[in-house]
Amino acid sequence: MSLLYQVHFYLFGIIAVASALFFVTRKNPVAAALWLVNTMFALAALYVMLDAQFVGAIQVLVYAGAIMVVFLFVVMLLNLGQTDAPDFRTPGVRLGAAAVAVVMLAELLVLSRAGRIPEVAPSATPQTNVVAPVAELLFTEHLLAFEITSVLLLVAVVGAVVLAKRQRRA
Amino acid sequence: MIAEALFFSAILFTIGVVGVLTRRNALIIFMCVELMLNAVNLSFVALSKMHGAALGQVFVVFVMTVAAAEAAVGLAIVIAVYRHFGTVELQNINLLRG
Repeated sequence: MSLLYQVHFYLFGIIAVASALFFVTRKNPVAAALWLVNTMFALAALYVMLDAQFVGAIQVLVYAGAIMVVFLFVVMLLNLGQTDAPDFRTPGVRLGAAAVAVVMLAELLVLSRAGRIPEVAPSATPQTNVVAPVAELLFTEHLLAFEITSVLLLVAVVGAVVLAKRQRRA
Repeated sequence: MIAEALFFSAILFTIGVVGVLTRRNALIIFMCVELMLNAVNLSFVALSKMHGAALGQVFVVFVMTVAAAEAAVGLAIVIAVYRHFGTVELQNINLLRG
């Protein structure tokens, strides 16, 4: 495994974590959303480095592009961008959250500690066949789940319209 | 690099949990949930690489679809709540408090 690869991997990982920390500490929802977009771009880079180029592409298109734009649109629609009042909970709740975070992080790190995970070298040659393996599984073995997903999206669209529509009071 | 990816994934998931627990703005809490879903996606991709199979990436596609559906419905609920209460701060929304 080349040193360049390792340096880049750590670089993008640290960018992702730092952006996420900025994201949860910003008071302004617009700033928070933009830091979250930064996290998602760094994660897309990590996906590409883990030989999941297709997932990296749809991460940028769907998450950073579509979903975060919807979030920013709602922030704009509700005119929340100007509020700089902090919305953090009381120090007691924050202390409890810190305790939960420490316990959860310890559990996750013990479960994924280096000794249990076999080391897999990144592919040395550039990959040319990256979408076909995903598509083959998606459209053969998991075709039913794929079709049900389309129904889920239809239900979500109908539900969003029904919920967000202005009700006419009789 | 698999162990490092899982390490970053664990940290990102924990940051998302802390955000859900400490913030009051419903929109920020939604974004924290998205961050947690992203952390899990990173785990899926790393484990997919570890096993040399594309199934993990297929799962990521499904997770993204569900996240999109969840964002659409959730933000519609946020808009309806804002219209009713005039705020998205969760401590002001206490109809069920006895």
